[in-house]
Amino acid sequence: MFAAIVLLVLVLGTVVFHVLSPWYFTPIASNWSSMDNTVTLTFAVTGLAFVLVNLFIAYCLIKFRNKAGRRAEYEPESIKMETWLTGLTTVGIAAMLAPGLLIWKDVVTPPDSATELEVLARQWNWSYRLPGEDGQLGAVAVSHTSEDNPLGIDPSDPFGQDDIIVYDPVLHLKVGEPVTFLLRSTDVLHNFTVPQFRVKMDFVPGQVSYIWAEPQEEGSYDLLCEELCGVGHYAMRGRVIVDSEEEYAAWLAVQPTFAETQAGLGTDLVAGQASYAVCSSCHGANAEGNKAMHAPRLAGMDAEYMKRQLRHFKRGVRGTHEDDTWGQTMAPMAMMLADASAINNVVAYIDTLSGEADFSGDSTYNLSAAVERYAPSASGDPSKSAALYQSTCAMCHGGAGEGVWTVNAPNLTGLDDWYLASQIKNFRDGIRGRHADDLYGLQMGLVSNTMTDDQAIEDMVAYIMTLESNTEEPVQLAQQR
Amino acid sequence: MEHIAHDETSFVRPAEVGEMELYHPKTWLGKYVFSQDAKTIAIQYAGTAIAIGMVALVLSWLMRLQLAWPNTFTFIDPAYYLQAVTMHGMIMVVYLLTALFLGGFGNYLIPLMVGARDMVFPWLNMISFWVYFTAVLLLAASFFVGGGSTGAGWTLYPPQAILPGTPGSKAGILLMLASLAVFIIGFTMGGLNYVVTILQARTRGMTLMRMPLTIWGIFVATVLALFAFPALFVSAIMMSLDVLLGTSFFMPAIMTMGSESEHVGGNPLLFQHLFWFFGHPEVYIVALPAFGIVSDLISVHARKNIFGYRMMVWAIVIIGALSFVVWAHHMYVSGMNPYFGFFFATTTLIIAVPTALKVYNWVLTLWQGNIHLTVPMLFSIAFLLFFINGGMTGLFLGNASVSMPLSDTLFVVAHFHMVMAVAPVMVVCGAIYHWYPKITGRWYHEGMARFHFWVTFVGSYLVFLPMHYLGIMGVPRRYFEITGTTFLPDSAHSVNASITIAALVVGFAQLVFLYNLIVSAFNGKKAPGNPWNATTLEWQTEHTPPEHGNFGKELPCVYRWAYDYSVPGIEDDFIPQNVPPRNRQTEVVQ
Repeated sequence: MFAAIVLLVLVLGTVVFHVLSPWYFTPIASNWSSMDNTVTLTFAVTGLAFVLVNLFIAYCLIKFRNKAGRRAEYEPESIKMETWLTGLTTVGIAAMLAPGLLIWKDVVTPPDSATELEVLARQWNWSYRLPGEDGQLGAVAVSHTSEDNPLGIDPSDPFGQDDIIVYDPVLHLKVGEPVTFLLRSTDVLHNFTVPQFRVKMDFVPGQVSYIWAEPQEEGSYDLLCEELCGVGHYAMRGRVIVDSEEEYAAWLAVQPTFAETQAGLGTDLVAGQASYAVCSSCHGANAEGNKAMHAPRLAGMDAEYMKRQLRHFKRGVRGTHEDDTWGQTMAPMAMMLADASAINNVVAYIDTLSGEADFSGDSTYNLSAAVERYAPSASGDPSKSAALYQSTCAMCHGGAGEGVWTVNAPNLTGLDDWYLASQIKNFRDGIRGRHADDLYGLQMGLVSNTMTDDQAIEDMVAYIMTLESNTEEPVQLAQQR
Repeated sequence: MEHIAHDETSFVRPAEVGEMELYHPKTWLGKYVFSQDAKTIAIQYAGTAIAIGMVALVLSWLMRLQLAWPNTFTFIDPAYYLQAVTMHGMIMVVYLLTALFLGGFGNYLIPLMVGARDMVFPWLNMISFWVYFTAVLLLAASFFVGGGSTGAGWTLYPPQAILPGTPGSKAGILLMLASLAVFIIGFTMGGLNYVVTILQARTRGMTLMRMPLTIWGIFVATVLALFAFPALFVSAIMMSLDVLLGTSFFMPAIMTMGSESEHVGGNPLLFQHLFWFFGHPEVYIVALPAFGIVSDLISVHARKNIFGYRMMVWAIVIIGALSFVVWAHHMYVSGMNPYFGFFFATTTLIIAVPTALKVYNWVLTLWQGNIHLTVPMLFSIAFLLFFINGGMTGLFLGNASVSMPLSDTLFVVAHFHMVMAVAPVMVVCGAIYHWYPKITGRWYHEGMARFHFWVTFVGSYLVFLPMHYLGIMGVPRRYFEITGTTFLPDSAHSVNASITIAALVVGFAQLVFLYNLIVSAFNGKKAPGNPWNATTLEWQTEHTPPEHGNFGKELPCVYRWAYDYSVPGIEDDFIPQNVPPRNRQTEVVQ
């Protein structure tokens, strides 16, 4: 009796849980409501069978339980009953399979009206390519891929010149327009999943796979990788924003073509030097940084990284969090750089600076109370963080802290220890990297969650300082400050 | 109505071959370590499998701790988490369940149940175990090498499995591949032995259609394994060559860590096809022995013949055959030609028909039975609940378009744990309790066994039922943590915490189980030779536990099927298979 009651509770509890619990599909935002409907149908058919068979078991447990004098019936088989049951099951299964196959036909055949765009997945980030005015995507090859041509477009292919490059994890789509996503990877397997779209498909390096959907609800949706792709898998986040026609056009208008990204902006070091005059008041004449002002050393910082951060400061992606005091100081400074070419120039100029401090007139070297939070990491124990660095951080920032451009991860060498510590804390505490458009920042935030206490961060920074390229000569010079 | 049971006959053909010559060990080492007795080898297999299985159980706790309380246990970093996921899966599927069902139960039960003195190749059988043991050592060694064990997921998909972005991409993956190759070599020795023993060494009168379903399940599963494992074997060799010699079987031209790799022209999907050509039959390699064993447990403890024996046999054979043409249902969203989806969705749903028939026949065996709620019976009932639940969710995932929103989410994890982890483990537990009095000659502690049952039964359900809904909400599998999304409510995280608590409690109950098994073997009450009043031959041995050679001077002759329970007109409610017909008149049903 007890066993039968427990079985009944579990089975009926399952039904109640299914009906009453708030946990179900996230609201759909694409044309694939037919998938939701077949899931519902399958729940109905299988749920009925599940309940009926288990109720039958529970009934048997009560009714045919052993008691004194009871004897089982002897009945080897009943071909008739087994045939009936087989027939009924076949009907039920066909009822689920038939609509499933019909929907699958829709899945494999994108409509003629669908526009195509390419999604490039790479450990552990997303970028996109849209055909330009010629409506065709240019040829690509891994061998063309470089830091200057991150999508690997064949420079000699005329079809590729007008391709629109979105080297950023945020993709915009037009509401109501079916899209075929051409999925390309240059390293390992990945997967393109927007939960609200329902459909998903893997990326396979060496080939292009596809999936299509018609976004039907405007909004901002998470893009997830759902095929294990290494240590950073869980942090490989992107975003798909479904825009109205006008918003979409406005977004598209400012995306560069491949030819534009290749032409480059030209480098004007004189202009860069002029812009840097403002920067130097905090970051120092030789970009050596000033701890008292909480201005990090810029010499040796990754150029692409600096450009991205300047854009983020300008667009309010960074330096807007209420607890990010120093970021708030930086944001208006970045506003003084008028456009992409100004950013380009100043970064080019910073690249020429030695990073060696000029001690004349250095009266602010003592710490103010405001920077106590960012105490130097001399207290860290590098041996405690070596394993975590090599198993996790090194995946993006490189085993020697040299940075890996395909992951968009900057070098960690040649930077100030206190600055590293302060930024890791900011990432961890959600002060940096939580803006909707800062998905690389979110990635760093997720990973820095593994260092829960401040001591772990100090240990990590202490380890980073021991990395080979950090013990090289120019850095030692800088550390003599 | 046709009565298949009454093919019993008093005529038994004379033996065509003489008795097999048994090997008699002369040393302690030969008797207990390098034993050639299938029963000892069975216990060695089971002990090793359970020991490495405990490692995998602990790994699952670590995963659950991280998922429930992300970043609280700081020694679990993303790489460590993936290593735990990978090793948990691989150990449980291959090194625990496959080894336990075939190496453990297969070795113990095949000779006893078919009426043989031992396996036909005892020496090969001994080697088979030691090769398996070596495979386990290689696997365990990978925990300790530089870079640690592989974290590529139990599917070991290239290219990531052998690239630096994945933990253990050098020594870890190589040891894993080597261990699998060695496992398969060992299994092939054992497997050929099981098949030949079942086909050639059955005692007189034991026709194929009189074999207990346990033997049918193990037999068909072994045949599947002999066909399926070679696909894994070659893919392990090919991937090793990609690592060691720089070949490109599975490696296209790619960039890794910012620079171009040397590989060119390989195809990662080739590996997936090979893997799942093994991997899907593997599900049935675990499931079919469980199907067979649970049929016998239900029949014995309900004191009723298994309903529809012939259909049950054919269902096992048909499921086994179909399991080779459904593999790509694991690959609907893999990027393979999507048109394959039509074929594989259809074959996959067809396989549900014989499977459903088996479920019907199990529950119809309970109907009009005389159900003794012994511990083995309780576990059998639990198997039914989990298997029906997991089977139903299989109908979602097997149907290509229905599976799409659910692929790669925790729904998949919940499904396969229900159907091929918890369900077979319920059978393992039930079977161990069922045959424990025969194997040890003693009773297990009833109270501990019932405690073990109730905690495992209810707890496992509480672990895996809510997990489906996390998957439906969109929580992906193999995620170290899932904060920072906009679509998941906070309550999803509380579901994760409750799952973990249930999992820890269930894990604890397994320690009670092991304690009971070990202590009762020495202290338990003495058990009689046939405590369940069962019909099959292993219960009719002269000694309990059975001695070397299994049966006494003469091998038993079989006169009837294995399911003569509660036969009308007979006072006892069972007739052992080796009892000749006494009075045909009273036995025939009108």
